[in-house]
Amino acid sequence: MKHIVKTAALAAAVSLAAGAATVASSSDATAAWKPKKPVEFVIMAGKGGGADRLARFIQGIIKKHKLSALPLVPINKGGGSGAEALRYVKDKQGDPHVIMATLNSYYTTPLRNPGLGVDISSFTPIARLAEDTFQLWVHSDTKIMSVKDYVAAVKTAGAKNWRMGGTGKGQEDSLVTAMLEKAYGIKVTYVPFKGGGTVAKQLIGKHIHSTVNNPSEQIGFWKAGKSRPLATFTPKRLKAFPDVPTFGELGQNLSYFMQRSVVAPGGIPADAASYYVDLFDKVYKSEDWQNYLSSKGLLPGWLTGKALQDYFVKEREAHRKLLMAMGEIK
Amino acid sequence: MEILGLLLEGFAVALQPINLALIVAGCIAGLFIGAMPGLGSVNGVAILLPMTFLVPPTSAIIFLGSLYYGAMYGGAISSIMLGIPGASTAVATTFDGRPMALQGKADRALVAAATASFVGGTISVVLFTLFAPPLADFALAFGPPEEFALLLLAFATFIGLGGDDIPKTLFSIFIGLMFSAVGLDIVSGDPRLIFLDLPGFYHGINFLVLAIGIYGIGEILWTVETTRGEMVVSRAAVTIRGVVRALTDLRHNIRSMLMGSFLGYFVGILPAAGATPGSLMAYGVARTMSKHPETYGKGNVDGVVAPESANNAASTGSMLPMLTLGIPGSPTTAILLGGMVIWGLEPGPMLFIEHKEFVWGLIASLYAANLFALLINIAFIPAFLMVLRMPFTILAPVIFILCVVGGYAPTQDMHDVWLMLIFGVMGYLMRKLDYPLAPAVLAIVLGPLAEASVRQSLIMAHGSFGIFFDRPISAIIMAIAIALFAWPVLIAIRRRLRA
Repeated sequence: MKHIVKTAALAAAVSLAAGAATVASSSDATAAWKPKKPVEFVIMAGKGGGADRLARFIQGIIKKHKLSALPLVPINKGGGSGAEALRYVKDKQGDPHVIMATLNSYYTTPLRNPGLGVDISSFTPIARLAEDTFQLWVHSDTKIMSVKDYVAAVKTAGAKNWRMGGTGKGQEDSLVTAMLEKAYGIKVTYVPFKGGGTVAKQLIGKHIHSTVNNPSEQIGFWKAGKSRPLATFTPKRLKAFPDVPTFGELGQNLSYFMQRSVVAPGGIPADAASYYVDLFDKVYKSEDWQNYLSSKGLLPGWLTGKALQDYFVKEREAHRKLLMAMGEIK
Repeated sequence: MEILGLLLEGFAVALQPINLALIVAGCIAGLFIGAMPGLGSVNGVAILLPMTFLVPPTSAIIFLGSLYYGAMYGGAISSIMLGIPGASTAVATTFDGRPMALQGKADRALVAAATASFVGGTISVVLFTLFAPPLADFALAFGPPEEFALLLLAFATFIGLGGDDIPKTLFSIFIGLMFSAVGLDIVSGDPRLIFLDLPGFYHGINFLVLAIGIYGIGEILWTVETTRGEMVVSRAAVTIRGVVRALTDLRHNIRSMLMGSFLGYFVGILPAAGATPGSLMAYGVARTMSKHPETYGKGNVDGVVAPESANNAASTGSMLPMLTLGIPGSPTTAILLGGMVIWGLEPGPMLFIEHKEFVWGLIASLYAANLFALLINIAFIPAFLMVLRMPFTILAPVIFILCVVGGYAPTQDMHDVWLMLIFGVMGYLMRKLDYPLAPAVLAIVLGPLAEASVRQSLIMAHGSFGIFFDRPISAIIMAIAIALFAWPVLIAIRRRLRA
C-alpha cells in the first residue's frame, strides 16, 4: 500500500508539473515523431460535465490498451464556454504536446466572442471520433405519445406554461429548441441549467415539461420507464432507439449534431499530427469506443485531415446563421 | 429483511483480501491528498481513475470510494494545523479548528474532527443502506425554487441570531457575493465584472482562491504583525490519555454531530450541491442552535464537529443520486460516474437491479472505510502535531508555498495566484478591522448556486416570486428562512421598547 501512496503522489506531481511547464516546440523531422513528455489534453468544459466525462473516457481507453508510452494529462479549461481553452490552444501555436477535445462551442464561442481573436481554421485538425445526437423527451407519466401530441399540448398550455429545459443560452440545446419552435410554429419558456445531466433530472422531477437531451443523458431513465423520446434530430433512426421516428419521417427536416473531435494547435510538425491521427484511430477502432457509441445513441463519424477542417469551417458558417437567426450575434 | 441479506453479501465482497487492502490504501492516499492544499478529492479521484483498470470494477469503486472518504478526514488536518483549508470541503473546519490549534488545543481539534467524520460517515451509510430508493425520489422533488429556499436558509443561519455585529456580517456576505458574480453570466453567457479586461476573470473567482487567500495568507500577515515573528504556539503533548480525554469530552458535542450528519447527508443528496455547501450550512445551523453563538470562530469544538460530520455525511449522500439517478451530487462523484462508464456499468435506476454486487459491495466497503479512516487518522495525529514544533520562521514560508500551490492548482492559472495574494491583504485588513471572514467564504460558495436557482425559478414563473410560496416544500423552507432573518430585528425592537 505504500507503493500506491507513492504512485499517487507521483501522479499528482506529474500532472501539476505538466500543467506548469511551457516548453518551446521542437521539430523532429528525422524519425517518426513521438511525444517527449506527457501530453496536455485540454477539455473545453469544467470537471464532471458530458464533455469532461467523454474526454476522460478517451484517456481511459488509451491507458487501458497502453496506446501511448507517455500519459495524456486532462486539463479542464471550461471558463467562458470554452473561451479559456480556445485562447490557451491558440497561444500554444506550434507546441506538439497539447491537444484539445472539442464540442460545438468550438464554433459558437469564437463567433460570440470575436474579441478572443481565435480562428479555428488555423488549428490543426486531428480526428472526429463521433457525432452525438439529440432527441425530444417528455416524462413517461404524460399522455404525449408523438410529436403531434406534443405540438398540440404546447399550443394548449401556451408558451408561458410550457417549460423546456436545456443547457446555457446560445449553446446546443437552445439552438435545437429554436429550430423546433420555428418548424412547428410553437413557443416555449426556455429554462437554462448547468449541464445535460441536471436537465435530465429536472424532467424526471417534473419541474420542466420537455427537453432535447442527448440520448446518453436520458438512457438510464428511459430504461427505467421514466421518460419517453418522441423523435430524433437525425436523418436516420438510431440503432439504440429503433422505434423512435426521426423528424424527417414526420415531415420536418430537422437535424442537429454535436461533434466530438480532437484538435491540436496550429503549426505543429506534420509527423506529430500523423502520430495523433494514428493514436485516435486506435481509440476509434477499439471495442470500448464502438460499444459506447452504439449503446448511447452516438453516430460513428471518423473524419480527419483536410476533410475534417472543411467540415469545421462549414459547420461554423451554419452556426453563424443559426446564432444570427436567434439574435445572439449580429 | 431483504436489505440485510444484500448487505451481508456486500460485506462478503468488501472483506475479500484485495478489497480490504484497497480500502486501507484508499484511506491513506485520501488522507494525504485531502491534507495537501490544492489537492482535494476531485483531483485525487481524477488522477487515480485510470489506475483502476488493473482491478475489477467493484474493487475499483471501493478504492476510489475509500479515497473520497479519506480525503474528507484529511482535509481537516491542514485546516486545523496550518489554517489553510486542505480541501474545499474543509473550509468551514478552519473557522474554529485553527483558533483551537492556536490555543494549544490542536490535539483535541484533530480528535474531534476525526470522530465527527466517523459519526457523520457511519450515520449516512446507515441511512443510505435503509432508505436509498425513497430518498432518491425525494431528491427529485427538489427543483430550482426548493434549492433557492434552502440556500436562503443557509444565508439566514449566518446572519440571524449571530453574536457578531450584523452590519459587518452583511458587509462580509456582500463582498463574497460580489466576487461570486465575476465571470460569465450563467443565463445569457455574457461576460460581466471582468476587471481591467483580464482574461483570468472569465472563469470567475474560484472560491478556494478567496478562502486560501483570506485565511492562509491573511493569517501569516496577521501573525507577523502581532508577534513580530516570535510566535510560540503552546505545544500540545500527545498521550493516549489525552486522546481518550478528548474523546470523552466529545459527549458534549453529540447534538452538533447528529445535526451535521443528517443535514450533510440531506444536502449531499441534492444534485449540484455536495460536501462544501453541506459543511458550511452545518456550521451555520450549529451556530444558530447554540446558546453561545459568540464563541464561534474563537475555537468552539462544535464549530469543528458540525462541518466535519457534515462533509463526510454529504460525501456518502452525493453517491446516492450518482448510483440511483446517474446524476452526480458533487464534482468528485461526477468523475466517479465517468469511471463507471469506462468500467461498462450504467449508472441510473437499473443499477440496483442489474449490478447488485457492485452497489452492495460499495455500500459495505463504506462501513469498513469509515472505521479504517478513523483509526489511521488517530494513529497519525502525533505526526501531524510535529508541525507545530517548527519555529515560525520555517513554518511561515512552508505555509506560503502551500498557499501558492493551493491557489494555482484548481485553475492552473498564475492569475489566480496573484489574486490570492490580494485576497490575503484583504483578509488581513478585515481581521484588523474585526470583520468576520466566514460569511464571505459562505457567500462565494453559495452565491452562484443561489443565483442560478433564483433565476431559473423566476424564468419558470415569468418573474413572479409566488413560485417560492406556491410549492409546499419551498414554502416551508422559505418561511423558516424569513423567520431567521427577522429574528435579530425583532430582538432589537423589543430591546428598544423596553429601554
